[in-house]
Amino acid sequence: MAVIQVERKPLTFMERIYLPNIVAGMKTTLKHLVAPALTLQYPEQRPAIPPGYRGVPTLVMDPNGREKCVSCQLCEFVCPPKAIRITPGEIPADAPDAHVEKAPKEFEINMLRCIYCGLCQEVCPEEAIWLQNTYSVSGYTRGELVNNKQKLYEMGGTLPDAHFKWDKKKAAAEHGNAH
Amino acid sequence: MDFFLNLPLWLQAALKGIAVIIVLFPIAGICSMAERKVAAWIQDRPGPDRVIIPWLAWIPGIGLIRRLGLFNLMADGGKLLFKQDPVPGNVNKFYFVLAPIIAMTPAFSTVAFVPFGAYIDSAGATIPLILANVDIGILGIFAIASISVYSLILAGWASNSKYPFIGAIRASAQLISYELSMTLAVIPVFLWINVPGAPGTLGLARVVEFQSQPGFWGGAWFVFVMPVSAVIFLIALFAETNRQPFDMPESEADLVGGFHTEYGSFKWSLFFVAEYANMAVGSAVFILLFLGGWNPLPWVPLSLLADWLHITHLPWLVGTLATVIFLAKVIFSLFVFMWVRWTVPRFRYDQVMRLGWQKLLPLAIANLLVYVIAIACLQT
Repeated sequence: MAVIQVERKPLTFMERIYLPNIVAGMKTTLKHLVAPALTLQYPEQRPAIPPGYRGVPTLVMDPNGREKCVSCQLCEFVCPPKAIRITPGEIPADAPDAHVEKAPKEFEINMLRCIYCGLCQEVCPEEAIWLQNTYSVSGYTRGELVNNKQKLYEMGGTLPDAHFKWDKKKAAAEHGNAH
Repeated sequence: MDFFLNLPLWLQAALKGIAVIIVLFPIAGICSMAERKVAAWIQDRPGPDRVIIPWLAWIPGIGLIRRLGLFNLMADGGKLLFKQDPVPGNVNKFYFVLAPIIAMTPAFSTVAFVPFGAYIDSAGATIPLILANVDIGILGIFAIASISVYSLILAGWASNSKYPFIGAIRASAQLISYELSMTLAVIPVFLWINVPGAPGTLGLARVVEFQSQPGFWGGAWFVFVMPVSAVIFLIALFAETNRQPFDMPESEADLVGGFHTEYGSFKWSLFFVAEYANMAVGSAVFILLFLGGWNPLPWVPLSLLADWLHITHLPWLVGTLATVIFLAKVIFSLFVFMWVRWTVPRFRYDQVMRLGWQKLLPLAIANLLVYVIAIACLQT
């Protein structure tokens, strides 16, 4: 490997007395003093969230307004910090979506524990849990930061979804050719 | 005016003293806010601008004051006054509490020797506005200002903790190192103004008077006549007031908080009000010595400006004008202190010592010798 000798130049007199360099630096800072601020005025202005951002985990409904979660508890098991707690429940037999058999009675995500890893979204067979772009999580008490089922659905809303898996399931069950 | 002059002398002195403190204390307080704003502006951000008293928010035009962060100042003050003030165990409580008080004392005492304006009386003579127009002037300022380091030493020692102690030692070493150069840099000015045959004085008012004479060399500010002295004095002033790049006693990068590590709430803020008051007085001295005091421009003394504005016969107006000019210069100088702080990185401690002893001190001595010889040749 070739060795390149870099000549280190001795400092000139002006550099050694240092004051001109300070003045040059002050000139630079003066330019910034009069330059407009580059900051985002946060609560009023919100940053643009890139697609694929992993924000707060939420529960979503299908386009028919039914909850997708079947309380399989995979997300609860896979969650590394154990932030998710699901209480599984039966669906009443007379409910219109009774064929789903199961739905969560209670679904809690503790945002004090959540590490936004996104494993819950990865693992969900029903695509019911999604990390969405809400990034500002704050509260005055610890209790406020535990999102219950109602709040999770409020934050999640409905995602466009063309599968209608349970419709197909229902149709199959009615026509007797369950796959 | 007559009413004021008919009051007993002690009451006049007390009122004048209170008036000066009333001006100086808010300047020192607002500096802490200004520091944050200047820091923010230099770093391309708006700085503190959110605090507002809720029921004031609807007053139109209040937004400007809010954006300037003036309510932040109140919030800071309120917080520092009312937050819990812990005194650590194992500290020497008496000296621990005494230290911030001692910090304030010299800061507000030195101002007695600082003339902050002048008016022209009916005989055409310029009378300085000053609390104590005594001949020891600059000597008194140096003597009393040096006491401020006792507060740092006391704070560092009484805290009974390592980092404050190191900060205190650094403060005392730094003060001694730079006090020498500072004093030597000032001597040529006083050699020059104390012409043979005239009564000698170390008063700052005389220095400004000397810079307001007619003629090219008479009206020149001393920064043009003695630029090296001015630079040495300014550098030493930065070091003495513990400002960046010389803030060794508190340097939070290596000493946590230096001498004030163990302090909190109001005691802590007293150190900082004192630091800013020291800065204000120090820059006032610099302005009086080298930047023409209350004269608006070089070669344009106050009396000439008063002539142009036809207000020579109104002494109170001239006095106010002089004070305003002087205060404007002080405020600009305080801004320069902040500007430098957010430009220049902090020196290492050995660099501070080397600069003080190996560079500034020989330079100050050489500067003094040159001016001694030059003044001796010119004035005989």
